[in-house]
Formats: sequence, structure tokens, C-alpha cells
Amino acid sequence: MESFFSRYRNALVLIAVLVAQVIGLAVQVRQPDPDAPDKGGVRLIRSWVVGIVTPPEMLLHGTGKGIRGLWSNYIDLIHVRRENKDLKSELDRLRLEEDSMAENARQGQRLQALLGFKEKYVYQTVAAQVIGTSGTEQSHVLLIDKGSQDGIKPDMPVITPDGIVGKTRDVFRHTSQVLEISDATSGAGVILETTRIRGVLRGDTWGQPEIVSLSPDDRIQRGEPVLTSGGDAIYPRGLAVGIVERVVPQPEGTLVNVQVKPAANLSRLEEVLVITSTGEAMPDEMQQDLTDTQQKASDILAEKLPSRADPNAPADQQPDDAPTGPDGEVARPVQPPKALHPDHFTPSDTPPAAELVPGQRITNAQSSAAAGSESGAPQPPKPETTTPQTSTPARPAPKPPGAAAKPKSKPATTPGNQQNPAPAQQPPPPAQTTPPQGAA
Amino acid sequence: MVLMASSRHEVGAKSFPLVIYIVVPLLALGLQSLLSLHLTRFDLLDLPLLVTIYYAITQREPVSATLVGTVIGIAQDGLTHHALGIFGISKAVIGYMAASLGVRVDTENHGARLLLTFGFTLAQTFVLWMLERHMLGQPWAWHGLHELVRAATNAVVGVILFALLDLTRRTEY
Repeated sequence: MESFFSRYRNALVLIAVLVAQVIGLAVQVRQPDPDAPDKGGVRLIRSWVVGIVTPPEMLLHGTGKGIRGLWSNYIDLIHVRRENKDLKSELDRLRLEEDSMAENARQGQRLQALLGFKEKYVYQTVAAQVIGTSGTEQSHVLLIDKGSQDGIKPDMPVITPDGIVGKTRDVFRHTSQVLEISDATSGAGVILETTRIRGVLRGDTWGQPEIVSLSPDDRIQRGEPVLTSGGDAIYPRGLAVGIVERVVPQPEGTLVNVQVKPAANLSRLEEVLVITSTGEAMPDEMQQDLTDTQQKASDILAEKLPSRADPNAPADQQPDDAPTGPDGEVARPVQPPKALHPDHFTPSDTPPAAELVPGQRITNAQSSAAAGSESGAPQPPKPETTTPQTSTPARPAPKPPGAAAKPKSKPATTPGNQQNPAPAQQPPPPAQTTPPQGAA
Repeated sequence: MVLMASSRHEVGAKSFPLVIYIVVPLLALGLQSLLSLHLTRFDLLDLPLLVTIYYAITQREPVSATLVGTVIGIAQDGLTHHALGIFGISKAVIGYMAASLGVRVDTENHGARLLLTFGFTLAQTFVLWMLERHMLGQPWAWHGLHELVRAATNAVVGVILFALLDLTRRTEY
């Protein structure tokens, strides 16, 4: 027996090592949720490895960043002045675009509130440096320098300003693993922006993200933007994912896969944002931005409109928000000229409905009395064409084409009204247009 | 003659200072993780595999080579999101095979090292494919040309790396 073990010692050691690892693999694979973060001994080993490997990586990464910063901040400043000028002009153009989009955003919020739509807003993010990868083609995993001590938890979305990157998986004390959207075991709910087709995004064996198992649709065109749908309960809705690159039929079956070019450059990531908190109400900063945008839009409109008030002109003697004129009377509209021969069809020649008796004909005396009372006490005009609609009806009444003129929605945005703001004419603040809490 | 039979007595076994045994695998893991972030297609290389092969063919001790391959492989698994043991099993097998061949083949020759590294890289891919595709049921597509390019790249880099690591060893007769 001793000679057997000594003779086959090498092979027996190999078999023992392989059997032990196969058993370990089987235990790990038989977990209820294989995609869930590791627990127990596996997590401990992973934590050791990451803890040993990442400090030198952080050091090297920090050194390289310092050298690059030295170069870009002090040496390579040749075209800065020209670039600054270009950026300023770009900023002006983007401001105008922002103004036009802010109105669409407010309208979208009002409609979402009407529909009871539950929106997810990004409350808080943590910026992190990417310090390493898994180093293999089979695992598209990043290492970032933020961990549980910084508030990171598993399954938090990781993004860049360009688009989504992935989600956190195993979180250690000072570092975290991020599973990229290009990995074959990842999954993200996405929607095509134009065609509104929903699907699941995951990586193929080459690391190419693709929306899998869609029904063939001719409307899916190259270049169509892809956004997160929010259906996976991880990524907030509406984040950029990428654009459609091409449609590839599946080898078996009649379904197709849509390959997506990621918006974020997954092969050259240096800094990412981890979304640590989301909510259903619009955050205060975003509300303030929207209000500022609205004010900026009013300023730009005031600059462009010909009716801009002259600051040197005398003050308005009868402002819009005054309930009565200077003489104490309500402002009266212009009355039509009196008819030479009034009859039953003459305006303001009909007695009040309270004085009418069913079946009784209207006499001339009643008509004259009604006409006299009308001319003696003129009524204010009916506000049906001048009062702006501040709320959208659930089922708006159909209007003829000629009557569909949109009321002035920004009467308070002229400079004159800014000096004397009328609360009833101000558009509702964004806080009033947030979706209802608890709506499904 | 590139390949020739030799014995432990003809070619002395090599040993390394203890610090080299620890530092070099860690450096290989760290560089593999870091450079894959900055250099596109660096993940074609497998520095931990090259270190495993080098220790195995210079030590010529299958048991220690198996254990070293297991430790390096499990550490490499730790950097991925896969189950621990996939690279551990594959590198244990490669370490054993390399040490067993190192007894019979002149591993000091650069040509032999080139061919051995090329073959062991393909062998590791085969073991990984067996494990992931057939044992764990993970998606895996075999791309022949890609694997050949990967094996050739590892072989060329391996010859250079092995020459550098030769500078750290001491010969024992």
C-alpha cells in the first residue's frame, strides 16, 4: 500500500486537488441565486485576493493619474484659449436648447402625474475610480476604489455621464466589483427610444452587448437610441444605454438579437458614478434647476419679444392683477353699438331666465326692460377666451380647428409682470407636478 | 535539436528565493488586472498562466506545480465574478502537465518553451471550455482562430518573460 501511494503520489495529489475544487464548484453553483453576491468562505477568499491586488493597483493608478494631470494642467495648455471660446459658444447654444426642453419636461411631468406614473429620480451618487479589471475575456468585471465604507451596496447601478456601465456585485470594505453590461451573465431592462420595443440587454460571448430574443421588426433601424426601461428595478428609467448597431437573426428560431453600441466607452473607463439613492419625488436640486431654467427662458424671451417694456416708461396705471380700476369700477369691455330696430334676436334684448314663464311669449315691454337693465349695468366680459387653462381636463372637449388656439401660457413672463407678479398667473412650481406618491 | 530527452541529473533543478515565489504571482495578477484596463486586447495574455508554466517547467516537481497552479488559479478566480475553482482546476492541470513534461524535455531551449507555452495555452482553453460549457452550462463560443492567436501571443510573450525570470533563479545540483 505504501508503495502504491509513493508510486502514484503525483497523480493522487492532482486528483485530490481536482476533486476538492470540483466539490467546491458544485457547492457554489447550487446556491439558490447564482448571480447573487458571494457569501461565506468564497467571499472571504475573494476579499483576500482583491485586498492584496488592489493596493498596488491604486498606487499605480494614482501615480499615472498624477503624471497625466501634471501634463494636462501645466504643460499641454496650447489650445486652451481657443477651446474656452468654443466652449462658451457651445454653452450659449446648449442654454437655448435647455430652455426649449424644460417646457417639454414640465409638460411630461404633468402628464405623468395625470397618469399616476411613478418616476425614479437619482438622489445621490458616489464618484469612484476604476482601478482594475478581472483581466480575462470570460469575465467583464471592473474593480472600483469605493466599497461598503462609502455606502456602496450590491446591485447598485454604475453609470458615466455618457451612459450606464453596469451594476455592483461583490462589495468589499474599500473596493467593489462592477459587473459590466457587456458580460454574458448580466441583464438590464431596456427600451428602444423610437419604436418603444422593450427587451433585455446582455453581453454575448465576445462581450458585445445585445438585446436578446426580439421579434423581427422592420422599424428597428441602425442608430436608434436605447434607454433603460426601469423594469429591472436596478437601473432608473431613461438612462442612455447606447445605439442600435445591427440586427442579427438568432441561429435557431425566428427571433433576432439587436446588437447595441454602448454609449459609455466600456474599454476606456477611468471614473464612474455609483447611484446610491433614488426616489420618486424630484430632488430639490433638480427642482431648483428647473425653476432657474424657466427664469432664464423668460429672460431670453423678454430679450427677443418686441413688446419688451421700456424701463423708463411711466408705471402702468391699471395693472392686470388689480381687481378694480383707479375709479373703483371694474374694467369694462367695449360694448357693441345699439341696434336701430331691436327685435327678439338682438343681443342683450332677452330678459333674464328667472323672469321667463314657460309657454309665455316675450313682449316688447319685457325686451325693452331687459335691454334697459343691460345698458344700465354692463357686465364684465366672459373669460372664456382670455383665461388661461391651468389644468388639463381628463377628457378635453373637441374643438373646431379655428377655436383650437392655445392660450398664452406665460402671461407672467413679461418684464412688466415680473415687476408685479400675479400669483394666479404664475405657472405652477415643479413641486406641484411631481407624481403622486404611492401611485402604481 | 529543439526537443531532447534529459533528466534531472543532466539539467539541474532550479529554485527561487521565497520572496520571488510570492511577489511574481502577485505581480502577474496585478498587472493582468491593471493593464487590461488601459490596453485594449491585453486580456489575450494570461500572465498568471505563464508564471504557472514557468514554475512548473523549472521546478519539475508535479506536486508543488499542481499546488502552485491551484493557488494562482483560485486567486485569478477571485478577481472575476465566476465561481472559485474554474481557473484553479485549469491551472492545476496545466501545472501538473508542465512539470511532468519538464522532467523529459529540455526546457532551457527557447524553441521548446515557445512550443510548450503555445500548447499549454490551448490546453487551458480546452479545460476552461469543458468546465464552463459542459459542467457549469455557461455560454461559451469556441473561436478557433482567436484561440490560436491567443496561444501564439502567450507563447511569444512567455519566451521573453521566462528569460527575465531566469535572472532570479539559482541552480541546485
